[in-house]
Amino acid sequence: MKKVRAWQLLVFLAPAVIIYSMFSALPLADTLRLGFYTSNDAGVRSFVGLDNYRTILFDPDWSAAFWNAMWNNIKFFCIHMALQNPIGLLLATLFSLKGLRGARTYRTLIFLPTLLSVVIIGFIWQLILSPLWGVGEKLMGLVGLADWFGPWLGQESTALLTLSLISVWQYIGIPMMLIYAALLAVPDEVLEAAHAEGASGLRIFWQIKLPLIYPTLGLVTILTFVANFNAFDLIYSVKGALAGPNYSADLLGTYFYRTFFGYQAQIGSPTMGAAVATLMFLVILAGVGAYFVMVQRRLTRYAL
Amino acid sequence: MPTSSTPYTGQASPAAPPTLAQRSFGAAGHLWVHFVLCIYAVIALFPIALILINSVKTRSAIFDGPMALPTAETLTLVGFQKVLSGTHFLLYFGNSLVVTLGSLVLIVLFGAMAGWALSEYKFPGNRVLNFFLAIGIMIPIRLGTVSILQLIVALDLINTRTALILVYTAQGLPLAVMILSEFIRQIPTELKDAARCDGVGEIAIFFQVILPLIRPAIATVAVFTMIPAWNDLWFPLILAPGEDTRTVTLGVQQFIGQYATDWNSVLAALSMAVIPILLLYVAFSRQLIRGLTSGAVK
Repeated sequence: MKKVRAWQLLVFLAPAVIIYSMFSALPLADTLRLGFYTSNDAGVRSFVGLDNYRTILFDPDWSAAFWNAMWNNIKFFCIHMALQNPIGLLLATLFSLKGLRGARTYRTLIFLPTLLSVVIIGFIWQLILSPLWGVGEKLMGLVGLADWFGPWLGQESTALLTLSLISVWQYIGIPMMLIYAALLAVPDEVLEAAHAEGASGLRIFWQIKLPLIYPTLGLVTILTFVANFNAFDLIYSVKGALAGPNYSADLLGTYFYRTFFGYQAQIGSPTMGAAVATLMFLVILAGVGAYFVMVQRRLTRYAL
Repeated sequence: MPTSSTPYTGQASPAAPPTLAQRSFGAAGHLWVHFVLCIYAVIALFPIALILINSVKTRSAIFDGPMALPTAETLTLVGFQKVLSGTHFLLYFGNSLVVTLGSLVLIVLFGAMAGWALSEYKFPGNRVLNFFLAIGIMIPIRLGTVSILQLIVALDLINTRTALILVYTAQGLPLAVMILSEFIRQIPTELKDAARCDGVGEIAIFFQVILPLIRPAIATVAVFTMIPAWNDLWFPLILAPGEDTRTVTLGVQQFIGQYATDWNSVLAALSMAVIPILLLYVAFSRQLIRGLTSGAVK
């Protein structure tokens, strides 16, 4: 590290720090502040302390919708943890096997959906699942399950699950790639040694590879958490801001959007929106905090 | 992978141990692995292929045989013609391109400059600044939307591409600074000191020595920056929904709503939105995957 003159620091740091502060850090802080205010019809803001939060969390008109969105979001996250990350792990493990032909091709193809915009993905799946077009039904017929087909996106009981599965399908590439990178970093000598001792492939996976990639699994978990509790695009493009039917697919992101911009009879409110954003911030902060305190600190000891 | 994956050539001497590849992985093992991966690859690609195939079919063929390839009889480009002549799709593409490339350039340039300052210079507040930037990696910028909208209105930037460029730059900078400063730290000190001994100024060192050396890291940053910016729906919807500034993502979203029954046009519009990414992916997939994996290891 070099001693430096002030102007040099200014030239190199100012652009990044100014843009980041102005359009990311300060708006975030200001949003947290706005959550404590309310504005009247004339647009004059006044400080109301925790009133907005009291309304969102305890006023029956508001809290039912909030807790519904929160609960849906938890389910959304659990489905990703139960499917996206284990399947990503399986795929990454398979094509990181030594001597597998076409590994690069598989990797490239399976990652593709992750790159496409959620708007496109959402609509493609809407078409496939549409009873009108019948592609979904026909495909299920191929494996003898045609009778099971239903309007999954349109039913209250299945909309959230279906949207979660679409999201899992699209984003599987991210855990897959992160885990793949971690698996590549496992030293060959360790695996050779295990083989020499006569360990089976499965045993090597469970007792050597898996423990060595725990830090990456922790990272994948927190990335999934942040992305899921911030999700909006897929629900909005498939179901609109109302996240129907009957809010059964509502997530915190769509709830935030409606609170901020209003919908149907309800007028949008920036200050209430800020309060919802603050609650989302607290949820994400709690997750990130837990990750740093519990997972990362404990796991760095195992790092290679 | 050429060394470890070369098949065992079968030496006569029993003393030579078979390679790891061969022991762990006989021919039978390959088969079921390929089976699983093939099935998953089909699941991953089928929906996209379905859209591309049907976008060039006649309306009746789309309904009668959704899964059939187009034949000479059913092939038509009418959807593409309608979308290209009747809508502003090319304008939307231009907007997306300007916004994505604009933020990419700013993120790489400003991110590398800040990364250089943070990793090379000793000054009070260095660690605090590092931490301040690191927050932005984990906390989504979307949560500040209420205030961002106010700010953009106050700056009179609503419905401009500049607004999107500024927000995406702010969004991409934290990760860019982290990746780039990590890379800059690995550049041998001798290189910089040699330049300094020759009397080269700090700014010249940065542009002529450092920037060319961190090109691989810049590719990584580009991957992480471009995709979210190109695909974002939230900020175009809120900051630039106007007809003139709409991005492709927002354009497709609204187009679908408006023309939901005109299947030729909708499928063509979707395909047009998919194809640029598809071509980019084919051209840069190696770089992209290297970026993803090297970014992950760091």
